[in-house]
Amino acid sequence: MEIRQLSIRSKTLATMATGVLLSSFSLSALASETLTIESWRNDDSKIWSDIIIPEFNKLHPEIKVVFAPSSPADYVPVLNAKLKAGTAGDLITCKPFDASLSLYKKGHLDSLTDLEGMKNFSDVAQSAWITDDGANSFCLPMASVIHGFIYNKEIFEELNLSVPKTESEFFSVLAKIKSESRYTPLVLGTADQWEAATMGFQNIGPNYWKGEEGRKNLISGKEKLTDPQYVKVWENLAKWGPYMGRGYEAQKYPDSQNIFTLGRGAIYPAGSWDISTFNSQADFKFGAFYPPTPDGQDTCYISDHTDIALGLNSASTNKKSAKVFLNWMASKEFAELYSNQLPGFFSLSKHKFQVKDPVAQEFLSWRNQCDQTIRNSYQILSRGEPNLENELWNVSSQVLNGTMTPEQAAAQAEKSLTNWYKPHQ
Amino acid sequence: MTIIRPARPFPWHILFFISPGLFIYLTVSVYPLLDTLWLGFYHEADDGQLSFAGLNNYSKLLFNAIWSDPFWNAAWNNLKFFIIHMLVQNPIALLLAVLMSSSKLRLRSTYRTLIFMPTMLSVVIIGFVWQLILSPIWGISENFLYSIGLGHWFDAWLGKEGSALITLALISVWQYVGMPMMLIYAALLGIPDELQDASVVDGSSGWQTFLYIKLPLIMPTIGMVSILTFVANFNAFELIYAVKGALAGPNFSTDIMGTLFYRTFFGFQLQQGSSTMGAAVATLMFLMILLGVVFYLFLFQRRVQRFAL
Repeated sequence: MEIRQLSIRSKTLATMATGVLLSSFSLSALASETLTIESWRNDDSKIWSDIIIPEFNKLHPEIKVVFAPSSPADYVPVLNAKLKAGTAGDLITCKPFDASLSLYKKGHLDSLTDLEGMKNFSDVAQSAWITDDGANSFCLPMASVIHGFIYNKEIFEELNLSVPKTESEFFSVLAKIKSESRYTPLVLGTADQWEAATMGFQNIGPNYWKGEEGRKNLISGKEKLTDPQYVKVWENLAKWGPYMGRGYEAQKYPDSQNIFTLGRGAIYPAGSWDISTFNSQADFKFGAFYPPTPDGQDTCYISDHTDIALGLNSASTNKKSAKVFLNWMASKEFAELYSNQLPGFFSLSKHKFQVKDPVAQEFLSWRNQCDQTIRNSYQILSRGEPNLENELWNVSSQVLNGTMTPEQAAAQAEKSLTNWYKPHQ
Repeated sequence: MTIIRPARPFPWHILFFISPGLFIYLTVSVYPLLDTLWLGFYHEADDGQLSFAGLNNYSKLLFNAIWSDPFWNAAWNNLKFFIIHMLVQNPIALLLAVLMSSSKLRLRSTYRTLIFMPTMLSVVIIGFVWQLILSPIWGISENFLYSIGLGHWFDAWLGKEGSALITLALISVWQYVGMPMMLIYAALLGIPDELQDASVVDGSSGWQTFLYIKLPLIMPTIGMVSILTFVANFNAFELIYAVKGALAGPNFSTDIMGTLFYRTFFGFQLQQGSSTMGAAVATLMFLMILLGVVFYLFLFQRRVQRFAL
């Protein structure tokens, strides 16, 4: 029990607002020639401050740049509060599609269509940060991330396993790990919920809904989430539970990362961004395989998601320096530096460059073998109330927890769309 | 005989002395409160423009299933959270306070400090520590339960729909039990020894002394503790947020008014925040607490007997 004054409402508001603001107080207001970058990638802050920014300062020593990330889960609320209060940094890391589009519509982001460096990015790369009429781009594309499975090579050798290519091979590998060793076959938790949708549903799903074709049909309303190709994804997920570690319902994302890097787990449903964390923490060899295809299907599909971009805060007082920085970010030097310093983030620019990390190379090679798509809940389908993305987090983690059947999950997700989205009504 | 008094000058000094406090109270408490109530009547468009919408937000929140289901779910969870505190925290606090005030107890101040300690720690630390203790992966609670023969009872309590809210409520009880204990303890110390001596002389047992002498005398304090628990619980947010995040999983089973407000006001992941809808949620939170406090004042506060000691 806490003793508080009875000025309840205002107290709640004030506590939250100050907490949010103070916890991520940025330097933007203090110095005039300092650029502050807002980001959710707090895992990357060392690489930004020690490598990327010094590299930029070799060319432009007069511009000071500060990388000021906030925690990933709170990024959107923190950023919104800062933008409203006028304390947000000069450069804003953009989530793809509607989250950033709404910032642009509210006048928080400048149009970057005329930015010199924008020509280094293809239409596809720009598609996640462009107005519906295609007239204005508002964020400079940085990188995409690819989904797949990372596995512990030493455990695979020890148990004499080979990389699974099909769904049935995948489950027989899991069964073998479970029966012949004490390793956790599949390292994934549902406490934070987003992994269930992102590393589960969106990871293996494109194989079933045929990538872009299914994603577009879902937007046009030709396909519904209750169709068999979507239910099959959840049916597949429903079989994961027995292979996940004990108490996975209370397992958080950092727990999963630790279990894998400590060598206690064999297969980790991953986003390519995990590579750099694993490189620094795991002292065993690890590799990657793309989502196993349903039996009898030749074409494989991967999620190659346009995930991260950088926009210009319209309230910034350093727009000239900010544009210098953005143009540098469109250069080949940056593409090469970024993709190699943060293996797993693949630059979206047209430049040709070499990625040196072997696991990142493995992820990249799938672009030649498989058809690519992006996460199906990001474009348009998360505009309304309730939004599809958050709904997928909830139902996918419930399917993994075994508290919901695949059919119920499909019905609830589809219902969230029929509530507001015309093509699905 | 009439005396003509000289007209009193206006008491400027009073105004002078209350003005700083009044100013702060008006600007940081009254104004934001009124502004929030007012903001709840508006609608925020995609481009951030506000327009007057009357009771639209409230009818959406209470009658449109997309909003009302989470709203009633949060309100119901909040009530459960409060009931657990009333049934567990306050009786334990009363018991501890009575034990503490016993004249036979040694090391009293040590116990007092130890029990009060968690109250002074940050909720974030409490949340983190308990998550580690209860974690099925790294935690010590599983081995501990095995060592006392209760191992098969262990489960991922924080991750299960049925047990997550209860677990969080009990963590909160553990943290804050020191506060009502101190209040009740102080009230017990205020009871004059003569009264207790007299009851003993009249032949009452220890239990009777407690029930008929001490309890009626500390009743006003227990009432105050209850209402403070109510207000704090319906205002709670930090612990749930620290442990379960803003999505208050699994399947919103730990969602209370504070986390619902946070998601609505600030947004979460791809859910856009809406300051107007958030203000409506906040207003309803305010009304709930107001109702509870009024209910308490009329049904309890006015009836409880106070004794001049």
